[in-house]
Amino acid sequence: MAAEKMSIAKALNESLRKALDTDPKVLIMGEDVGKLGGVFRITDGLQKDFGEGRVIDTPLAESGIVGTAIGLALRGYRPVVEIQFDGFVFPAYDQIVTQLAKMHARALGKIKMPVVIRIPYGGGIGAVEHHSESPEALFAHVAGLKVVSPSNASDAYWMMQQAVQSDDPIIFFEPKRRYWDKGELDTESIPGPLHKAAVAREGSDLTLVAYGPMVKVCLEAAAAAQEEGKSIEVLDLRSMSPIDFDAVQTSVEKTGRLVVVHEAPVFYGSGAEIAARITERCFYHLEAPVLRVGGYHAPYPPARLEDEYLPGLDRVLDAVDRSLAY
Amino acid sequence: MTVESTAARKPRRSSKRTSAAKTPAQTPEGSGPQLVQLLTPEGERVEHPDYEIDLSADELRGLYRDMVLTRRFDAEATALQRQGELGLWASLLGQEAAQIGSGRALRDDDYVFPTYREHGVAWCRGVDPTNLLGMFRGVNHGGWDPNTNNFHLYTIVIGSQTLHATGYAMGIAKDGADSAVVAYFGDGASSQGDVAEAFTFSAVYNAPVVFFCQNNQWAISEPTEKQTRVPLYQRAQGFGFPGVRVDGNDVLACLAVTRSALERARRGEGPTLVEAFTYRMGAHTTSDDPTKYRADEERAAWEAKDPILRLRTYLEKQELADAAYFTALDEESETLGKRVRDVVRAMPDPDRLAIFDHAYADGNPLVDEERAQFAAYQASFAEEGN
Ligand SMILES: Cc1ncc(C[n+]2csc(CCOP(=O)(O)OP(=O)(O)O)c2C)c(N)n1
Repeated sequence: MAAEKMSIAKALNESLRKALDTDPKVLIMGEDVGKLGGVFRITDGLQKDFGEGRVIDTPLAESGIVGTAIGLALRGYRPVVEIQFDGFVFPAYDQIVTQLAKMHARALGKIKMPVVIRIPYGGGIGAVEHHSESPEALFAHVAGLKVVSPSNASDAYWMMQQAVQSDDPIIFFEPKRRYWDKGELDTESIPGPLHKAAVAREGSDLTLVAYGPMVKVCLEAAAAAQEEGKSIEVLDLRSMSPIDFDAVQTSVEKTGRLVVVHEAPVFYGSGAEIAARITERCFYHLEAPVLRVGGYHAPYPPARLEDEYLPGLDRVLDAVDRSLAY
Repeated sequence: MTVESTAARKPRRSSKRTSAAKTPAQTPEGSGPQLVQLLTPEGERVEHPDYEIDLSADELRGLYRDMVLTRRFDAEATALQRQGELGLWASLLGQEAAQIGSGRALRDDDYVFPTYREHGVAWCRGVDPTNLLGMFRGVNHGGWDPNTNNFHLYTIVIGSQTLHATGYAMGIAKDGADSAVVAYFGDGASSQGDVAEAFTFSAVYNAPVVFFCQNNQWAISEPTEKQTRVPLYQRAQGFGFPGVRVDGNDVLACLAVTRSALERARRGEGPTLVEAFTYRMGAHTTSDDPTKYRADEERAAWEAKDPILRLRTYLEKQELADAAYFTALDEESETLGKRVRDVVRAMPDPDRLAIFDHAYADGNPLVDEERAQFAAYQASFAEEGN
């Protein structure tokens, strides 16, 4: 397949199809992933083509889904499990944090845990509660887990391939409000490594760092700022654990200013980690303190308020202005 | 043992074992001696040795009215979702008897822990139906005080509330009170660890709780066979308390069975699992497309068991209600529909600062700071606009 335009949802579907096709040990597991193809249709048609033994509709039990995926991985399989929505991962949190994350270390490296946990996350689709959370920091904080999130169709396709091939457990956060955004996908080009950040837009006055759903907002902010004569660089982190600090450092050494943007609450969030590290690494290059834009220390609000809660263009540009004013 | 060494090994699964896994679950059809029924789909009254019930004409008409009005409310909410007034709706269509029957078995001092589809139970508790819509419109996460009607907030995370119900029931027992608790959940929810833990706690502490499982045959796209290999009501036995399967489309049987389970709880004899064998006639929610996974004929077969129709047939045959009664009820339904429509359309969006309301009971300086920043930021737009 050469380059073509595809939605993130379709790219994920194609990627899972390829993973099933390439390696007979790959399994898809989750609620409604079979006939229905998942509530977001990410696994559409896969059960039809690979059978109920490879694409498994599980009982409605998240702890069970992850716990049995651990067992299957011990037996040599490579399960890719779907958690239906971000807010429903917590029944499985125990298995993920206390078991999945630590198994490799406990066995002194003798066993591997090639489990991918796919989680549609983030807000912006007008859902009821528990359907719009951004819990990435809760997972990134746990040693043994890797946490990634694509922001475009090409990354969705390639990062999923790489995640399935990884021998480490990967929490794969899918930005649900971007599922239907289309982008170029070349299924033959060789991608960069899974945990490497990408410069989504070059600039010289300030660096915006984002991942997943906020990359698009940051690109729009950079375009808007351009009209006011400001040159903004946008870095797509792609991986929240590990973080490609070298890429952030390189960018900040060039621009001297950094604003980190994410949907998750700012308090104890990934922005805090980035701000602290970059302040350590780039203290003498910084022209302004590292600023953060994100959610508030409040439960995710009802749908009619999520536009106020989620960082939009204005809040990003406001932070850009504040940084540039130093 | 390394992954590589096992991966290289050939799977040893015999074809026999593969086919064994494919044999259908031994779930019996929803009929026969294990199914408590007092009113047949044809509207005939039948007796059951363990579940007697003697209702006045008024009470029978009351149950009918509850079911009709609940269905009307539900239809209105579905329509409002289609018109863009609600973001989502989870319809109870087909489950009216299970909900009204169990709901009318409750006493005022009993407490209910619902999932997100218990609109009929809410109705029985006296919760204003328009209160149920705020969450689905996206203006709040619940919007009623659970203690006003002893009806807890809707719970989205599957199965969680069965533990809350058990704990509440443990509290009742500690207090020496004789009220009881009903926890509602679905057949899909029966797979959750929380539900198994609720069964364990309630049995061990002899908690006065009734687990009311509405087996509507589907958990989104997954049939009950994907959750269990034995009939759900039988599961209770292994935890040490009785389970009973009731015709969930028979309002009389649901009332009688729930009443009996509540009485048992009040007598200090502990939990009961009631499996109401029913059917979700509509989609899982307005976001769902059931044509992807289930056959039309199935719904048609269940329509013949419609809970409202069968009570109507009975009322008419026994001459317990005349044409004037049904006409008046139709009018009442329309009035309810209109009121729901009007209230929802007039429901204002919440104040922006409501984001920060109630994050903590005792306050928190970080929330205060963020609220002040947010307010100032919002105000800056108003100034620019001048
Ligand atoms: C812990 C958790 N996992 C997944 C979901 C998504 N979800 C919402 S409803 C549902 C199916 C529930 O089926 P069942 O318990 O039978 O109740 P029903 O909706 O049929 O009444 C699923 C999977 C959820 N809300 N919570």
